Amino acid sequence: MSVIAEETPRVPPAEPGFFTKARKILLGRPETAFATGMIVVFIFIAIFAPVLAPYDPLAQSVIKINRLPSQENWLGTDQFGRDVLSRLIYGSRNSLLFGFISPVLAALFGTMLGVIAGYFGGIVDRLISRVIDLLLAFPELLLAILIAAVLGGGFWNIIAVITVAFIPGFARVARAQTLSVKQEPYVEAAIATGVRTPVIIVRHIIPNIMAPIVALMTLWVASAIRIEASLSFLGIGTRPPNPSWGNIIRDGLNSLFGSPWPIIGAGIAITLVVLSFNLVGDAIRDALDPSTAR
Amino acid sequence: MARYLLLRLGDAIPTLFLVLTLVFIAMRILPGDPALAALGDGALPEQLADFRERMGLNVPLWQQYFNFLGGVLTLDFGRSLLTNTPVLQLIGQNLPYTIELTLAAMLMGIVAGIPLGVMAATNRNKAPDGGMRIFSLIGYAIPDFFLGAILLITFALNLGWFPINGAGSDFVSRLHHLFLPALTLAFVKAAFLGRLTRTSLLEVLGKDYVRTARAKGAKENRVIYKHGLRNAMLPISTGLGLSLLSTLSGSVAVELVFNRPGIGRLLIDAIAQRDYAVIQGGVLVFAGFVVLINLLMDLVYVVVDPRVRVK
Repeated sequence: MSVIAEETPRVPPAEPGFFTKARKILLGRPETAFATGMIVVFIFIAIFAPVLAPYDPLAQSVIKINRLPSQENWLGTDQFGRDVLSRLIYGSRNSLLFGFISPVLAALFGTMLGVIAGYFGGIVDRLISRVIDLLLAFPELLLAILIAAVLGGGFWNIIAVITVAFIPGFARVARAQTLSVKQEPYVEAAIATGVRTPVIIVRHIIPNIMAPIVALMTLWVASAIRIEASLSFLGIGTRPPNPSWGNIIRDGLNSLFGSPWPIIGAGIAITLVVLSFNLVGDAIRDALDPSTAR
Repeated sequence: MARYLLLRLGDAIPTLFLVLTLVFIAMRILPGDPALAALGDGALPEQLADFRERMGLNVPLWQQYFNFLGGVLTLDFGRSLLTNTPVLQLIGQNLPYTIELTLAAMLMGIVAGIPLGVMAATNRNKAPDGGMRIFSLIGYAIPDFFLGAILLITFALNLGWFPINGAGSDFVSRLHHLFLPALTLAFVKAAFLGRLTRTSLLEVLGKDYVRTARAKGAKENRVIYKHGLRNAMLPISTGLGLSLLSTLSGSVAVELVFNRPGIGRLLIDAIAQRDYAVIQGGVLVFAGFVVLINLLMDLVYVVVDPRVRVK
């Protein structure tokens, strides 16, 4: 993921406010500013899809099959006569939804597992670590495909699949961070003064390991979007007729001799969104935690 | 050296067991009743009973687990529910195509990626470096099935230079069928390996011994290849392993785009037809590959970096 790891931005002097910092990270370099802009546009499109889409994305029409772009249908129609642009606009909802939800859920569960393993050590740690190490050996996409092979498609299953595929990565980072934070004097002091374990974990450990977790979360938004698109393309993700950029490309390939515009439109949309989230994710990672650069 | 290899091999066995156990748990417990999942809600009770009988699902869970392990150890993966062909035979028929695609893509990715990375590193902050950066940004973002579809439409469908589907029969026609799918996967590989080569090489070129080599008047080419690239090979070889794994996962979608036979296609078709035994076989093949490739990566470290041998 560390596409642009080396042009690490300067450490900000003193402690500027949150918004100053955020603006510096998101709009600092021209390419990051472009990416931030793209993301804002896509979020806008996803939210206002019903207003922006010229047609119902599910409305079929026998007389308008496989049309090329025209005044009426800017990106043409697919093999069922559905308006491609409208489907793309509605498809953005799926992509962004999975893109945001899965990394957050994975961060939640992964951090929990990692903190438990790192804090308690012993047999619990060895058990958790063994499974995490094993799952980390799988590329996230392959793991997602294999889990989806068993679970099948549909909204909740996709969320479960991507979340499970991401959990090991978060657990590993959380465990390593917990191990080092546990050695800090303030944690030792808390233990010595008899603070209860759950309180130590929630108040002293978790706040101090958040930076790399958040950095990882932003980097994996792009991966989550890619994986959802891949799963839907393979027919084990978003179920047709609901539009998703992945299954729009799948439909496009199924009618190869029809119009290529569904494929081109959806493909460019995925590429742009993933590219933008990669750029922003790298910028946030560099700013929050240079040490997790992979 | 021999001890290290033995240790690594010994470590792979519990890993393999864990993989098998996870696959077993996933296949038997997660989706509820596998018979119902395979036959659909409309299945008659007799059909369900017959299915359980055939799949060995009517014995206690622990016994199923040992039957499953025994089956895997004796390479007996059961039979396809649809065609009654042994799953092992289906795997055997499809595996060569996935392997040839993965290897061809890796080869093309290495041949393109490493020189691109060297070029970018030696021309730091100049035009080739900028080009490499744009290439890698796109390579990281573009989905392989989209790239494959564009190549298919352009070069196979419209220009007619390449076949539209299948994998060919004789050697020349197989290469002909292989080129576009391999190129699709290689594009992403080249972006990844190029980026990695650039970063690793730049780091090495900043080291003292490189300055020494230059100071003693060694030719620039010798400095870059003998002193630089050779020492940059360790991170690059890690990258090659990761890249091999991601090529394998990418092959699933690419086989679908180019309508090629292969393990990915086998798995995806089996999912669509709810062919339970074939799904399990396909999942096991991919999981086995992951364990095997990780083991190979460990072995490659030993060859590339003698320092790893201790411990």
